[in-house]
Amino acid sequence: MMKQKWRIGAGWVLLLAVIIQAGCGHPSQSVLDPAGPAGRSQLGLIYLSTGIMTLVVIVVAAIYIYVVYRFRERPGEEEIPEQVEGSRKLEVLWTVIPIILLVILAVPTISATFTLNKKPEPEQSMRVNVVGFQYWWGFEYPDLGVQTANEVHIPTGTQVDFQMTSGDVIHAFWAPSLGGKQDLNPGIQNRLVLEADRPGVYEGRCTELCGASHALMNFRVIAHPPEEFEEWVASMRNPSSQPQTPLASEGKKLVSQNCIGCHAIDGAGFEIKGRTGPNLTAFGKRTRIAGVWENNKENLEAWLKDPQVVKPGNRMPAFDHLSKKEISALVEYLSDLK
Amino acid sequence: MATIIILIVFGLFLAAILTGGYNKKYLERVQQNWLWEWITTVDHKKIGVLYLTAGGFFFTVGGLEALLIRLQLMFPDNRFIVGDQYNQLMSMHGTTMIFLVALPLLFGLMNVIVPLQIGARDVAFPFLNSLGFWLYFSGGLLLNLSWLFGGAPDAGWTSYATLALNEFSPGPGVNYYVLGLQIAGIGTLISGINFLVTIINMRAPGMSYLRMPLFTWTTFVTSALILFAFPPLTAGLFMMMFERLFDTNFFTTHGGGNVTIWQHIFWIFGHPEVYILVLPAFGVFSEVISTFSRKRLFGYNSMVFAVVLIGFLGFMVWVHHMFTVGLGPVANTIFAVATMAIAVPTGIKVFNWLATMWGGSLRFTTAMLYAAGFIVMFVIGGVTGVMLGVVPADWQFHDTYFVVAHFHYVIIGGTLLGILAGVYYWWPKIFGRMLSEKWGRWNFWFFYPGVHLTFFPQHFLGLYGMPRRVFTYPSGYGLELNNLLSSLGTILMTIGLLFFLYNAVWSLTKGPRAESDPWDGRTLEWAISSPPPEYNFAQLPKIRSLDPWWAEKREGNRGMQPAEPLGPIHMPSSTYLPFVMAIGFFISGIGFVFHSVRVGVLGLLIVIVTLFIRSFQEDEGFHIHPEEEVKGT
Repeated sequence: MMKQKWRIGAGWVLLLAVIIQAGCGHPSQSVLDPAGPAGRSQLGLIYLSTGIMTLVVIVVAAIYIYVVYRFRERPGEEEIPEQVEGSRKLEVLWTVIPIILLVILAVPTISATFTLNKKPEPEQSMRVNVVGFQYWWGFEYPDLGVQTANEVHIPTGTQVDFQMTSGDVIHAFWAPSLGGKQDLNPGIQNRLVLEADRPGVYEGRCTELCGASHALMNFRVIAHPPEEFEEWVASMRNPSSQPQTPLASEGKKLVSQNCIGCHAIDGAGFEIKGRTGPNLTAFGKRTRIAGVWENNKENLEAWLKDPQVVKPGNRMPAFDHLSKKEISALVEYLSDLK
Repeated sequence: MATIIILIVFGLFLAAILTGGYNKKYLERVQQNWLWEWITTVDHKKIGVLYLTAGGFFFTVGGLEALLIRLQLMFPDNRFIVGDQYNQLMSMHGTTMIFLVALPLLFGLMNVIVPLQIGARDVAFPFLNSLGFWLYFSGGLLLNLSWLFGGAPDAGWTSYATLALNEFSPGPGVNYYVLGLQIAGIGTLISGINFLVTIINMRAPGMSYLRMPLFTWTTFVTSALILFAFPPLTAGLFMMMFERLFDTNFFTTHGGGNVTIWQHIFWIFGHPEVYILVLPAFGVFSEVISTFSRKRLFGYNSMVFAVVLIGFLGFMVWVHHMFTVGLGPVANTIFAVATMAIAVPTGIKVFNWLATMWGGSLRFTTAMLYAAGFIVMFVIGGVTGVMLGVVPADWQFHDTYFVVAHFHYVIIGGTLLGILAGVYYWWPKIFGRMLSEKWGRWNFWFFYPGVHLTFFPQHFLGLYGMPRRVFTYPSGYGLELNNLLSSLGTILMTIGLLFFLYNAVWSLTKGPRAESDPWDGRTLEWAISSPPPEYNFAQLPKIRSLDPWWAEKREGNRGMQPAEPLGPIHMPSSTYLPFVMAIGFFISGIGFVFHSVRVGVLGLLIVIVTLFIRSFQEDEGFHIHPEEEVKGT
C-alpha cells in the first residue's frame, strides 16, 4: 500500500515536470503543432491545399499586376481598343487546368476522409464516453469504471475512441493539436478517434455556439506515457476522498448539504451521486476550475461565491450565503480531493 | 390586444396633431405630402431608392454592432461585452448583414437598373414590387425592435436547434428572428418572382437572352435561386415558430425530433443564399470592368454559362457546412467534390474578367477601383473556400476564425465591393448627380486596406485555435496581435465608409448634374436621360446586338432606334395597399412574438382585408402622353 502511494506520488511529480516542459507558458492549442496522426494528416492536407491555392493566387496576381500596369489609360489616348469576342482555346485552358488541380486535391481528400473515419479495433483502442453540457464536459471510461470532468487523461500511443453525445444543446469537441473536431448532437452518438504520440497537455475548446459561456467551455486532454496512465487510473479507482483535517471534515459535511445534489464525489461515501454538474472526484488534482481559472484556493473561493462572474449563464448558483469560515472549509475539503 | 388598440388611437391622434387636424381637406393634404408619395409609389426607380436607403440604414446598425464586437475582442480577457449580450450582438450582426443589408442593397440596384437594361417601362408587377419592399422593411424593423423590447436573438444567424428552442433560449429573442425573417422572406420571394417574370416577359424587341447584359443575367439566375431557396427557409422558420409557440417536436430529441433537420433545411436555403448574394455582384463587376476597359466582355457566352452553372451547383453543396455533424465519409466526400467543382466556373469568370481588361484602356474611376480590388479579394476568398472543402482540413477549420475570415472575404470582397462599385457606377443614373471622384478615392483607399487588415489576420487566429462566436480569448496562445490588428482594421473601414457618406450627401446637395452617359457606357440604361423619366423610354428601343448603346454610338447614332411609334404610355397608379398590408404583417408578427394569438390573427385579418380590397379594386392605371412632353422640351 505504502509503496503504491509512493509510486503514484512519483507519477505526479513526473507529470508536473511534463506539464512544465510542454508548457513553457501554455499547453498547445494550435493546428500547426500537431501531436497525433489525425492532426498530422490534417495539417498535411492543409499544407497541400495551401500550396496549390498559393500557386493559383500567384498566377492570377501576376496576370493581374501586368494587366493593371500595362493597359491603364495613358493621357491623350483616344483610340478605342479592339472589341474581342472571346477565345475558345483560352476558355478550354482555364477550365482544364483548374480541373486538374482540383483532382490532385480531391484524391488525397477522399482517401484521408475515409481513413480518419475508420472504426478502431476494440482490442487496440480505449473507449471514452464524452457528454457535453452547458458549459462543461463529462468524461467516462466505461471499461475502466472511471469518471471525470473537463480534463480527460489518455495514454500515448493508443487510439482513443471518443463516443460523444450532448445532454442539452449542440456542442463540438476540438483539441486542435490532436485533430479536427466533431459535433456532439443531443440524441445522436458520434465518434472521434484521436491518438497522442507524445505526452503533454493539449487544450480543447467547444466550437459550436452553445449559449452565454460558449467561449469558456474549455477542456484539456492530458496525455501520459502508458505506465503513468495506469497509475492515474489506479488512483482514480481508489481516490482519496476522505477529509484529512478537522476543517476538511467540516467541509465534507457542507458538501453533503450543498453540493451533492448536482456533483458526485466517488469514494467519499455519499449516497447521492449528482449528475447535473461535473464529477468532482480527485478535484484537487485538476489543473483548472471550471475549465477557466487556475486551480488554487483563492480562485476556488471566488468561484464558489459567484460562479456567474466567471462563467455567465452557467447553472451553478452562488454560495454567498455561506460564511467565510464555511467557504474556507469547503475549499479545504475540495482541494484535498486527490 | 388592448395595448394595440390604445396604440392605434394614440397614433391617430399623433397623426392629426402633426398634420393639422382632421377635416375635409385632410386626405388631399396627406396625398400631396412627399412622404405619401414615397409610401405609395410603384415606380421601380423610386422603390430601388427605398431599398438603397433602408439597406443603408440597416448597414449602419449592423456596422455599429460589428464595431462593438471588435472592441470587445481587441484585447484578451476583455470584460466589456460578455456572455449573452455578446451573443445578441454577434447574432444580430450576422442576421442584419445577410438578410437586411446585402440582398436589399442588391435589390435596390436591380430594381432601378434591370428594367432600364432590358428596355422596359417598369417591372412586371409594380404592386408586388412595392409590397416586396414594405414586407422587407417591416420584417427588418420587427427584428431590430428586439433590442428595445425583450432582448435580441442570441443563437447566431444560423439559429441552430436545440439552442434556439424555448428550453435554452427563453424569452422573445428567437421569436423576433423567426417572425422578422419570415416577413422579410416573403418580401424577398415576391421580389424574386417579380424579377423573373420581368426578365422573361418584358425585354425590348430584339433583346434575346444572349443579348442581355451580364447584370440582368445574374439578376435572372439569382431570382431563380431565390425562387427555389427561400421556400425551404420559409418551411424551416415555420417549424421553428411552431416549436417555440405551439410546442411541436420537430427538433427536440426527447419528443422524437432530430436536431440535424434544422441544419439541413437551413443550409439547403443557406448555401444558395451565398450565391444569391454574390452573383448580382458578379454582374455589376462585369458591367463595370467592361465599361472602364472600353472593351466588350471577354467570353460573354462562357460568362453566362458559368453563372448558370454556379447557380445550379449552389444547390448541391449545402453539406459542406455540416462536415463535422457526423454524416459519414460517403456523404462528406460527395459534397466535398461538388464544392470543389464550383471553383471551376468561378475560375472561368475571374480569367474572363482579366481577359476583358487585357488589351483594354483602363480608366480607374472609383467604381473600377472597387472592381479591381474585388478580383484580388475574391480570389483569396475563393481559394480558402476550396481549402474548406477538403473534408479532413475542414474538421480543423470548421467554426473557427478561419471560416470567419473566409466568408467575410467572400461577402465583403464579393457582395459589398460589388454594391459599392454598382453604387458609384449607377449613382448618376439613379440620382441625376455625380459623386465626387476625389472623395471616392479617399473612400476606397481607407475602406479597402481596412478590410484586408481586419480579416486577413483572422485566418491565422483560426489556425492558432480560436473558435468563432466567442466573446473572449485567453492571453498566451498567440492570439493577441492578430486580434488587435483585426480590430484596428475596422477603424479604417469605418473611416472609409464615413467618406462615402460625406460623398453621398455632398453629391445630393451640391453635386454637379449628370449627363445621360457620363462613363461612355455600353448598355441601354445610358441611352436615356439621368435620372430617367417616369416612363423610362418614350419609345421602346430596338435592340440589334449585345451592348446595344455602344453599337449605336459606334455607328454615329445619337439615340436608340425606336421599335414603336410615339403614343400614350400606360402607367400603373400609386397605391397605399402594400404599405397597409405590411403594417398588418408587422402587427401580426409582434403578436406572435409575444405569444398573443389574438393580436397575431388581428394582423393577419388586416392582410386579408387588403387582399380583398385589392382583388375587387378596379384600377386601370393612367396614361402619359410623351409626345406632348417631347414637344414641350
